[in-house]
Amino acid sequence: MTTTPASVVSARDLGLTFQTNDGPVNALTGVNLDVRKGDFVSFIGPSGCGKTTFLRVIADLEQATAGSITVNGVTPHEARQNRSYGYVFQAAALYPWRTIEKNIALPLEIMGYSAAEQKERIDRTLDLVNLTGFGKKFPWQLSGGMQQRASIARALAFDADLLLMDEPFGALDEIVRDHLNEQLLKLWERTNKTICFVTHSIPEAVYLSTKIVVMSPRPGRVTDVIESTLPRERPLDIRETPEFLEIASRVREGLRAGHSYDE
Amino acid sequence: MEKPGFFKDRIMPVAVIVAALVVIWYIAAVFLNAPFERDTAARAGTPITFSEILPKTMFQERPVLPAPHQVIAEIWDTTFNKAVTSKRSLVYHAWITLSATLVGFGIGTVLGILLAIGIVHNRAMDRSLMPWVIASQTIPILAIAPMIIVVLNAVGISGLLPKALISTYLSFFPIVVGMVKGLRSPETIQLDLMHTYYASASQTFWKLRWPSSMPYLFTSLKVAIAISLVGAIVGELPTGAVAGLGARLLAGSYYGQTVQIWSALFMAAALAATLVIIVGLAHTAVLKRMGMKP
Ligand SMILES: Nc1ncnc2c1ncn2[C@@H]1O[C@H](COP(=O)(O)OP(=O)(O)OP(=O)(O)O)[C@@H](O)[C@H]1O
Ligand SMILES: [Mg+2]
Repeated sequence: MTTTPASVVSARDLGLTFQTNDGPVNALTGVNLDVRKGDFVSFIGPSGCGKTTFLRVIADLEQATAGSITVNGVTPHEARQNRSYGYVFQAAALYPWRTIEKNIALPLEIMGYSAAEQKERIDRTLDLVNLTGFGKKFPWQLSGGMQQRASIARALAFDADLLLMDEPFGALDEIVRDHLNEQLLKLWERTNKTICFVTHSIPEAVYLSTKIVVMSPRPGRVTDVIESTLPRERPLDIRETPEFLEIASRVREGLRAGHSYDE
Repeated sequence: MEKPGFFKDRIMPVAVIVAALVVIWYIAAVFLNAPFERDTAARAGTPITFSEILPKTMFQERPVLPAPHQVIAEIWDTTFNKAVTSKRSLVYHAWITLSATLVGFGIGTVLGILLAIGIVHNRAMDRSLMPWVIASQTIPILAIAPMIIVVLNAVGISGLLPKALISTYLSFFPIVVGMVKGLRSPETIQLDLMHTYYASASQTFWKLRWPSSMPYLFTSLKVAIAISLVGAIVGELPTGAVAGLGARLLAGSYYGQTVQIWSALFMAAALAATLVIIVGLAHTAVLKRMGMKP
């Protein structure tokens, strides 16, 4: 093994070119990145810089065309086969004909957990995302924020140490978002998972992460990796501290340096 | 609260249309049947006035267009006043047609679903099969029905099955088309989710594609059951008119029994409506059980 044992995701000179009808699209080039066990890594960058694509490569939903990547020390395909990650999409993607608890049971059914174990895990994850009592409801009976929490519960229900989240709170208002960010941090603390989190929001990235990956488009690449100096314990008002603001301004500079915002 | 709303919104519009149709029908009956009365009177050499013609057009034995009450009386008579096993009973004929319809519909549904599953899961089947499925429906059923009956008769299959197969021929088509669409209806994100779980093709089918396709299936079933009935009736026409609503239509037209034709037509329409309503209720029940937003 070329990577250190603690490395959950390790990308070396990773590139991905989509072949489209209008010619090749360079979504990712020369990405070098290590995500260590227990990290909370945020990916930030302007639209089209390849954040989703990178997450999808980790998840084996897309295949790299250059370089190499390992997930838990093996190829993304093998990692997927081992069910080593949970993926939270931008939309909740709950199945409308299943109740919330049945939606959470979906991966458990597929992975062959026993009925008793399913029930135990449903109860536990519903509690983790503060949805106890809503298990019997259908998705349309829940608000958007609750649906997104249910989809997080679904990703937490099985034993994957890695959580991939693609703008999970992008469609929610700021207050709900603050609340969910706080909950997500607590959850990360309690479950000791490794999280890769895509966002467009600088404060969100700084508040959540131990490591912030700044990306820039055309072609999609990593321009800066910022290690956070904030403590693991983070109340919401940490966002007013000079330390927080300093990291935020570093991220902003990184984004600007990528010549990403032309306006 | 519920009742008046239901009456005003559902019963009233239908009742108004029905009343209008009945009035138009009576007027048409008078004008279409009047020439016969005028000719009869002319042949007898007796002058006849319109007020004399009018009542006669309502009670002809072989009218060009029977009046509504004649048809209703015939349906009543052949439905309730005859033993259901009698060949003169409309219920008997309706049952003959209905049994062929249901068998044909059943086979057509299973066949249609299996073909759709094949088409969705197998690229070669998608390319090779779909054109044939579509081509099959460009051949007029009236042309192919006698051949099916004759060929099957030649190999010793007669009775219900040949008629049912004509129903199948018509009904599998909307099922294939609807189910191919339905099984392909899951969104990319829902399929990606299955992919991240490393779900097998059969797990993806039963847990995602099949439930997603239910609304499409029932919409297709409604079309399929109605054309199954048409298929069964068409299948009866070349069988030499032994029994069934199709046979009633054929016999009626041989002997100029227009009242019989019209009552068979109405029976067929009522049957079709009932079948479609039953499928509709099943549709609602299934979607409700699946927790779909009401
Ligand atoms: N399936 C695909 N086929 C072709 N091009 C694609 C495909 N998916 C993404 N791309 C292209 O790759 C580039 C990166 O896309 P990606 O979705 O990763 O961006 P992103 O950083 O997630 O953007 P956003 O913040 O808007 O979600 C874009 O230029 C996009 O057009
Ligand atoms: Mg994206």
